[in-house]
Amino acid sequence: MLDRYGSQRLSRRELLRRAGLLGLAMPVASGLLAACAREEATPTTAPSAASPTAAPAATPTAAAAQTPAAAASPTVTVGPAAGEIVIGVLATLEGAFALFGDEGVRGVEMAIAEFGGEIGGKKLRIVKESTDATPQVAREKARKLIEQDRVDLIVGPLSGDEGLAIRDYAKTVPDKTFVNGTSAAQDTTLRDPAPNFFRFSTDGVQWMAGLGTYCYEEKGYRRVATLGEDYSYPYSQVAGFLLEFCRLGGEVAAQFWVPIGTRDYSSVISSMPTDIDAIYVILGGSDAVNFLQAYADFGGQAALIGGSSTIDQNVLEARGNIRQRVIGIPGAGPVAADNPDKAWQDWVNAYKQQFPQGLTTPSLFCWGYYVNAKGLLLGLQEVDGDLSDGQKKLQEALAKVEFDGPTGHIALDKNRQAIANNYVTEVAEGPDGNLYNKLVKVVEGVNQTLGLPEEQYLALGSFTRDNPKCEDIHRVFGS
Amino acid sequence: MSWNQFVTVTLNGLTLAALYFLVAVGFTLIFGLMRVVNLAHGSLYLFGGYVGWTVADRTGSWILGALAAAAVAAVAGLALQQALLRPIQGQDLREALVTIGVSIVAADLMLAQWGGFTYGFSPPAAISGGARLPVLGIGYPKYRLFILGFALVVGLALWLLLTRTRLGITIRAAIDDRDMVSAVGVNVQRLFALMFAFGAALAGLAGVVGGSALSIASGEDARYLLASLIVVIIGGMGSLAGTAVASLLVALVEQYSLALFPTYAAIVSFLLMVLVLALRPQGLFGRPA
Repeated sequence: MLDRYGSQRLSRRELLRRAGLLGLAMPVASGLLAACAREEATPTTAPSAASPTAAPAATPTAAAAQTPAAAASPTVTVGPAAGEIVIGVLATLEGAFALFGDEGVRGVEMAIAEFGGEIGGKKLRIVKESTDATPQVAREKARKLIEQDRVDLIVGPLSGDEGLAIRDYAKTVPDKTFVNGTSAAQDTTLRDPAPNFFRFSTDGVQWMAGLGTYCYEEKGYRRVATLGEDYSYPYSQVAGFLLEFCRLGGEVAAQFWVPIGTRDYSSVISSMPTDIDAIYVILGGSDAVNFLQAYADFGGQAALIGGSSTIDQNVLEARGNIRQRVIGIPGAGPVAADNPDKAWQDWVNAYKQQFPQGLTTPSLFCWGYYVNAKGLLLGLQEVDGDLSDGQKKLQEALAKVEFDGPTGHIALDKNRQAIANNYVTEVAEGPDGNLYNKLVKVVEGVNQTLGLPEEQYLALGSFTRDNPKCEDIHRVFGS
Repeated sequence: MSWNQFVTVTLNGLTLAALYFLVAVGFTLIFGLMRVVNLAHGSLYLFGGYVGWTVADRTGSWILGALAAAAVAAVAGLALQQALLRPIQGQDLREALVTIGVSIVAADLMLAQWGGFTYGFSPPAAISGGARLPVLGIGYPKYRLFILGFALVVGLALWLLLTRTRLGITIRAAIDDRDMVSAVGVNVQRLFALMFAFGAALAGLAGVVGGSALSIASGEDARYLLASLIVVIIGGMGSLAGTAVASLLVALVEQYSLALFPTYAAIVSFLLMVLVLALRPQGLFGRPA
């Protein structure tokens, strides 16, 4: 007994080494393993009863409602069988962004159900693959979908940096077609776009349309600080806000960029300048909740302005006392919960019927994946499911797709980037006690440069943590 | 940095250190005694947090939630140790891999049960809201001061337990040479089970205590596991004092860098770890092999 122990016991040094190694390997390994575990081939049953017209908005049939249930019986088919089209879906299905990924998948399932699960006599089958919001894993998973699962098309990804990685990857496989999920870094389509990457959702800059003006003119904010996570999407959001706010004469006192997943914002909050009217906050998911909690605990005085994901429905439905701290925060994004437009109301009802276990109102992630999948399916319908000739016909058709979605008309520009409506909102409490984003103003037909002259806009350069400053915006556009 | 800001950031560092200490101390004790690198420790934290939230939500009592979290995590930890780790006792790599496996399965199960929502607690009124600190002259959230006090009490209690009681003496002896302790007739297996349950209970409790200062959500398990690993690697595995000092170091460094250069805050704690490992591979308070 003693001998066995002795011989098997490692030295402390060796153990430390192993422990350290494991510690570093762990997040990576668990990410990979968990991702593999979550991957499943989902046969989308063709609900024959659903009407396969182009815009059968909001007639989810009983058959359509079965789509998620079908996920329980995964098949092991690899590659497209005869008479089917396989669509890969990239979304973050675990970790801090798990809820967003679930919403994204719901969006795709809604679009497929609308088309009755088939196009041109070919069944639509989806293969889900989970990413972790990092560009490396997104690229890896896209490759896996195309090379191993042999999917024809990809819908996704979800997060900003992932989008840039997938755009670059798309260039290496020109005979496959990619449509975005919700990734919203502006450069994905503005600079150096991929010919086979289409984005029917608006980007992080477009999502801010109207907010800077609203905060300056209606709220009377003159001096703000900004706080955001340190990657491409928050850069786009802050830029989108500043483009309006600075031109009106607003000032920025300080800018803070924190790593994704920062837990404790107390020290950032105590470093905020005191002579400001408001803090513009763009943090996602639990980061946003952690910030809001700390801000209330520390008795923050300045008002808050929300980026699109800071006040997204996913955050508003956080469990616990955090909810009471967000009422009245202005924000902007591609969806507004109480949009009176019939198309939106119908879409929300369809969502509730298809996903009784979902959120009280669909989030922007559901919207993004939905409009992208819908654009893709309309393109497929146009070519009657014909994917031959390196999908050339499909890609040509896709560039011309225009449709009226739940949030109004969506069309693509020359870079295959959506031009669509945007909504200025304010967080409010509904009669049932649920929080939602109340519609304040609709900004119609927002393009990628927010209506500014393209040449000057491009001269501003890529948006980073240091660009743009208010001075740059004044210099380029005047004030 | 103004005086006020300096004091606030320092207090933030101290309270975060308290939280890190609560999570990491169970981790380091389990390692010290059993040489098990329990990579499911973060899962126990998150599990405790979720269960605690559910109980607190149903009963309206935060304290009941915290107690339930500790109890449930202790049972889960005990089950993990008895059912999975005991049969492979002494095989370090296998133990580590089994605990990684458990943490992955647990993460998905918890995601299925509680969803991807973010959960926030409502601590009792007595410890929520702000307090004006005498002498320092700044306002500070009461709850954070509570965490600081709580960690001090736990640390002190552990120290007394380890140095003043018979059980503590046995534990320390077993950390030094468990074969010898077992040879003199101490039931080492019972000691292991007890310690594992205790470490797990602390992690579960920290889930509620820490979740109330910040929040709990899917993905927190990996974050806290990583934080615990950094803390115990810097402090020296198996050392109580090391864990306390390393928690302080890691948390203060993290908070100062968040205040001074937030963009690079993420790498600073790793730099600290690299530095410590390069100069003192066994950790600050660890003993060389």
